Amino acid sequence: MTGFSAASPRALLEKAWIWSFLGAFSVWLAAVIFASGQGAAEMLVAALSFSTFFVIVGIGQMFVITTGPGNVDLSIPANIALSGAVAMKIMATDNSMIAVGLIAALAAGTGVGMFNYALIRILRIPPIIATLSASFLVQSCAIAYGRGLRIKPPPVFADFTTATLMGVPVLAIIAVIFAIVMGVVLNRTFYGRSVIAVGQNMRAAWLAGVNVGLTRFLVYTLSGLFAGLCGALLAGFSGGASLNMGEEYLLASIAVVVIGGTSVAGGKANVPGIWGAAMFLFLLLTMLNTFGAGAGVRLVMTGLIIIAVITVAGGDKPVR
Amino acid sequence: MLATLTSPRFLRSALPAVSLVMILLPIFYIQPRTMSYFGLNLLLNLAIPIALATIAQMFILCVNDLDLSVGSYVSLIACIGATWLNDTPLLGVAALAGCILVYALLGALIHLRNLPSIVVTLGMSFVWLGLAVLLLPTPGGKAPVWIHAVMSFKMPLVPFPIVAALVIGLVVHFGLMRSSYGAVLRGSGGNPRAVARAGWSLLRTKVTMFGLAGFFGMLSGLSLVGLTTSADANIALRYTLLSIAGVILGGGEFVGGRVSPIGAVLGTMTLVLAGSFLSFMRISPDWQIGAQGAILIIVLALRAVINRRERS
Repeated sequence: MTGFSAASPRALLEKAWIWSFLGAFSVWLAAVIFASGQGAAEMLVAALSFSTFFVIVGIGQMFVITTGPGNVDLSIPANIALSGAVAMKIMATDNSMIAVGLIAALAAGTGVGMFNYALIRILRIPPIIATLSASFLVQSCAIAYGRGLRIKPPPVFADFTTATLMGVPVLAIIAVIFAIVMGVVLNRTFYGRSVIAVGQNMRAAWLAGVNVGLTRFLVYTLSGLFAGLCGALLAGFSGGASLNMGEEYLLASIAVVVIGGTSVAGGKANVPGIWGAAMFLFLLLTMLNTFGAGAGVRLVMTGLIIIAVITVAGGDKPVR
Repeated sequence: MLATLTSPRFLRSALPAVSLVMILLPIFYIQPRTMSYFGLNLLLNLAIPIALATIAQMFILCVNDLDLSVGSYVSLIACIGATWLNDTPLLGVAALAGCILVYALLGALIHLRNLPSIVVTLGMSFVWLGLAVLLLPTPGGKAPVWIHAVMSFKMPLVPFPIVAALVIGLVVHFGLMRSSYGAVLRGSGGNPRAVARAGWSLLRTKVTMFGLAGFFGMLSGLSLVGLTTSADANIALRYTLLSIAGVILGGGEFVGGRVSPIGAVLGTMTLVLAGSFLSFMRISPDWQIGAQGAILIIVLALRAVINRRERS
């Protein structure tokens, strides 16, 4: 299935996710050697901090992509911008409003997710178009609601999003636990198995008694919820919400899913790989930075590596 | 006669034109001066590059793929146009030809390795943008005089953007919808297996369609730089989403090789006019992309209603 497994007899190497971690490790090693050992730990800590956000939206996107070809959530960047603005505006730099603001951001994200599915269902249009049109509306709401003002996060919230525990970012620890929980949900619960079944063959899943409509509804709602969570946390982490805050997450959310070993054809998901891929993407940029590459070279290299990874790992036929 | 006019097939193909009229009429009503030669020129000037980018996207959608790199590709072409093509024309032309070649090769790669186009083109969007940043780190450059002259050409009687849109729509219509190889190209999106069994090379159709997309993307970038006279690496990034919306608005379906070049051009104009419509209605420009999204949803809803009637 993976295209890698044939060469190696070892079971470990047959796990698709190990490759993203190996990739992350090698770019980190290259950067450390180039910098003659300086800043090795700092690099890892930074990678953990930034990967957290990739992982949160990546897992939502992974659930969506797993439900089959054509399923992808393009509204994530707009959703992040909106929920980040909602969180900051409601919290209004007031520590006592953190919980309210967080809940509001999650509600906004969830609402966007539900709206996405409503469009898919009622208009019977492909998810790409539905989430694209929704993202236009959501982005406009974010612009009109945020009014371009940059409101600082409440001090306690900002401290929480940047806190570290024995040198490890607290958010990263939470995100690891979150990933484990979602991994269990995906592989061990009825709902998770339903998602995979729908992705492998929607009709067969339906005949087997899976509630396809509900499964897909929840997938889009979850993706919206996670994007909302990411928006709120990211606004706290980066000292306020901005309209283009979510921009890079369109590529990032899809890239971490694909590099992490999840099949774009659906029906095959991989949670640990998302962490590896997120670390890989961030460390790759760090490595290019240490090499002294400019913005242009960094962009070109990122693009080429994504294409290289999908070319090597790809070739998956839809499981039908 | 009435039966033809209310048949789902006719309604569906009339939808792009109707939505354009629906947005144009209020503009004319609120500000009658827009109905003039000058007014229309101003309203639709920027539609030409977007229409060309939409046609590029249409070729890709026609073979069941999606191009998320159109915007950054058009930006790169605009940057090449404002630098190399002006300073060292030979190098500029070679670079443009190289870009189209890369597009065609992407089609081959996607076909041969059976890759998801959405990921490949997302990766390519970074490559194009990176190259554009390398070429033109800060906004600037200068468009070649001849491109600027073409784009500011004053047609007698009819505004240039309208003539250009008409020509683009008709040329692609006759090439893709009326020619025999055009039917094969569309068929390779509609039913690839049948086209392959009939002896046509799917690799060749994919490469042709991606090459055409690269060519029209190039025209888009050059016409854009002709209008703006200078370029910027981020100049056309929003074209990616606009082009997809334009194809869909123009009656293109997401799968099965169902596209309409004339519809795509009309769809583009509707989206471009949405911005002007808002400002004439005195609605904040904050809602411009929201209005484009709303138009898209309304048109898709109407189409859903028509399709449902057809089935019942």
